[in-house]
Amino acid sequence: MAGSTVAHDDHDHKPQGFVRRWMYSTNHKDIGTLYLIFAIIAGIIGGLMSIAMRMELQEPGIQIFHGLASMVYGFDGDAAIDGGKHLYNVFTTAHGLIMIFFMVMPALIGGFANWMVPIMIGAPDMAFPRMNNISFWLLPPALLLLLVSMFVEGPAGGYGSGGGWTLYPPLSTSGQPGPAMDFVILSVHIAGASSILGAINFITTIFNMRAPGMTLHKMPLFAWSVLVTAFLLLLSLPVLAGGITMLLTDRNFGTAFFAPEGGGDPILYQHLFWFFGHPEVYILILPAFGIVSHIISTFSRKPIFGYLGMAYAMVAIGAVGFIVWAHHMYTVGLSLNTQRYFVFATMVIAVPTGIKIFSWIATMWGGSITFRTPMLWAIGFIFLFTLGGMTGVQLANAGLDRAMHDTYYVVAHFHYVLSLGAVFAIFAGWYYWFPKMTGFMYNPMVARIHFWATFIGVNLVFFPQHFLGLAGMPRRYIDYPDAFTGWNAVSSYGSYLSGIGVLIFLYGVWEAFAKKRIAGDNPWGEGATTLEWQLSSPPPYHQWTKLPRIK
Amino acid sequence: MTNKLFAGLAALFLLGISPALAAQPVDWQMGFQPAATEIMAQIRSFESFTLWFIVPITLLILALLLYAMVRFRAGANPTPSKTSHNVFIEVIWTLGPVVVLLALAIPSFNLLTAQYTPPDADYTVKATGYQWYWGYEYQTETEVSFDSLMLQEGDRAASGKEDLATYPRLLAVDNEFVVPVGKTVRLLVTAADVLHAFAMPAFGVKMDAVPGRLNEAWFKAEAEGLYYGQCSELCGKDHAYMPIAIRVVAQDKFDTWLAAAADDVEAANSTLIAAIQADAKSVDVAVNDNN
Repeated sequence: MAGSTVAHDDHDHKPQGFVRRWMYSTNHKDIGTLYLIFAIIAGIIGGLMSIAMRMELQEPGIQIFHGLASMVYGFDGDAAIDGGKHLYNVFTTAHGLIMIFFMVMPALIGGFANWMVPIMIGAPDMAFPRMNNISFWLLPPALLLLLVSMFVEGPAGGYGSGGGWTLYPPLSTSGQPGPAMDFVILSVHIAGASSILGAINFITTIFNMRAPGMTLHKMPLFAWSVLVTAFLLLLSLPVLAGGITMLLTDRNFGTAFFAPEGGGDPILYQHLFWFFGHPEVYILILPAFGIVSHIISTFSRKPIFGYLGMAYAMVAIGAVGFIVWAHHMYTVGLSLNTQRYFVFATMVIAVPTGIKIFSWIATMWGGSITFRTPMLWAIGFIFLFTLGGMTGVQLANAGLDRAMHDTYYVVAHFHYVLSLGAVFAIFAGWYYWFPKMTGFMYNPMVARIHFWATFIGVNLVFFPQHFLGLAGMPRRYIDYPDAFTGWNAVSSYGSYLSGIGVLIFLYGVWEAFAKKRIAGDNPWGEGATTLEWQLSSPPPYHQWTKLPRIK
Repeated sequence: MTNKLFAGLAALFLLGISPALAAQPVDWQMGFQPAATEIMAQIRSFESFTLWFIVPITLLILALLLYAMVRFRAGANPTPSKTSHNVFIEVIWTLGPVVVLLALAIPSFNLLTAQYTPPDADYTVKATGYQWYWGYEYQTETEVSFDSLMLQEGDRAASGKEDLATYPRLLAVDNEFVVPVGKTVRLLVTAADVLHAFAMPAFGVKMDAVPGRLNEAWFKAEAEGLYYGQCSELCGKDHAYMPIAIRVVAQDKFDTWLAAAADDVEAANSTLIAAIQADAKSVDVAVNDNN
């Protein structure tokens, strides 16, 4: 069809030269590729930080961070111990911010959505190609600011910002007067601006540039998921920007939004932050839902079950996601009735989420399932996300959360839905679209080993953390009472295995480019029905010069 | 998720083997610490109640996935069906979770209400979080206030706290927060510099300490003993080094301690510890059995 007419690329008007092609790029596929490369690099940095933290926590006592502090900052003796303790907090902070803003979001939204949404809806490119360029190029300086912050002064006697990714005041204002926190605030500002521009671009593209005949109700679920995500970004990020701007003025210009001594209230920041922060976690997972839907459908050779229910479940999750924020704040001293409301509202989210889980299983039901690598990741996603969702139902109950809040139970919960949910979906999408994006087939054996190493590794990391949390181990601790040693050691061993998984992944990418196995336009067979499989692999530089018509 | 079942079993098991250590985490612990208050007992039973839903649901999802993977693999089912709608089943899996959530919500709201329905307070104590220690002020006729810092390893011998089982590393403090058994203690929690959180797992208490706010919590400890908790809101470099230790004692011991603490907290603590140890020696075995 459309693909065959543009299979050779003599007339594709690629810009000549590296700088023109990649720096000045306005092509959604090139920008998507840049986002994916960026996400891989950021993921490696964030992953190394998590392994360092797990090495620290493998045994009680301070193992490596005092050495790290004296190596990097030149501290000696007790100053190294203090610097190391702070450095650990810097690592938890940076790990969280990097994985959220510079790994998951760039991979799912900037990477896969940029690449696939225009193709899937039959559009030649994004609505605002030059804005797409600036969306991406804001991210490297944002990451750089975050990394630089680790080398400038935070609190007295420490470098970097150790306030946690939530940046709660007063620890992020009077608690850490040095400029490191200002770097982090600026970094988050810029990353947020990048996402807002991206969200505007996606909303405009999806509303205005669908191919003839593609009504919203015929649109692929990944495009639906990105549309909902874009609205969440557009509505929530300005609130974060407002909150952290107030942090900035509290720090530097003598305001007292969050300073009780000037009539402010630290809890106000938490409300502003979580009004962004809760939609943010759906921003991370909704595109994952979209990707998993396509993969389950493709490898079951069945259309997605309950398409409309799936689409509107995401809309419902997005809408309800805006009215549940204070379930992150049950212990701050909310009134009984406030807590009752947020318990109720939070539980409601389980209903549309349940619809999605059951619909994926129903899609597999009666299908003709092949277990190629993307399908392994997608099935793994469903199970692990369910597990994380179930602990989420527990945590929704304020009365029970009283015992679990700020313990490792919460850490286990959100890593099950993100590290084992969103990240599994990213790898599912990677293996699913890798042949399309590059034209080459990955090595299935390497890909399977990658899956199993990661699956076993991350479960070893995070399942024991449920036990630690129940037993009472608080989050963000560099050292813990000796009774917590056993499960912490198991968790650390799991993280090393997951780290090996990342190495296998990188080897697999290298191997695929080295061996250059031609994938073909549609390596997945008749189950792959969305428009991208009608193009060549890789797609032409400009696709849909003749718009596809949807029946 | 099956391991959650083991968590419950393990917790029961732990109750049996370590009576003297019931107030702190133990090696390889998989569940909550044993309850020392009625509220924590309710939290524990609600947690077990939730497990009766979430474990079977997770196993159901796993079973459905495995069944679909085996039964509908390409080899066994070469021709896929074209079914993509079934209103009946979609209604079922929308309403089913609603019913489950209602079943969870009722005891959940009861628990929450119980936590916010304190009996009349017998004592009121203000706990203030500092970087990085806690300060306690008893709102009694004679003012008693002291700071409670993590026990330094070098001070163990001098303070008679050499027993690591009773005074574990990172949990033991120099001056414990002493309260009488069976009495309702109202806790006013605040902070002087950055956020902290007062947490006592065995009591089911966790309350953020926020500068400029006075948050109220309460507990009524049912058994004497030494209970440990830790700061539960990131507060800077020594966040892991500002534990909370509550010593629950009989009313007469508490009265003696309170009177003495008005003058000299450290002397009052030494006397109290000596009195407790004297009691423990005389009924050594008996204590271990009924704790």
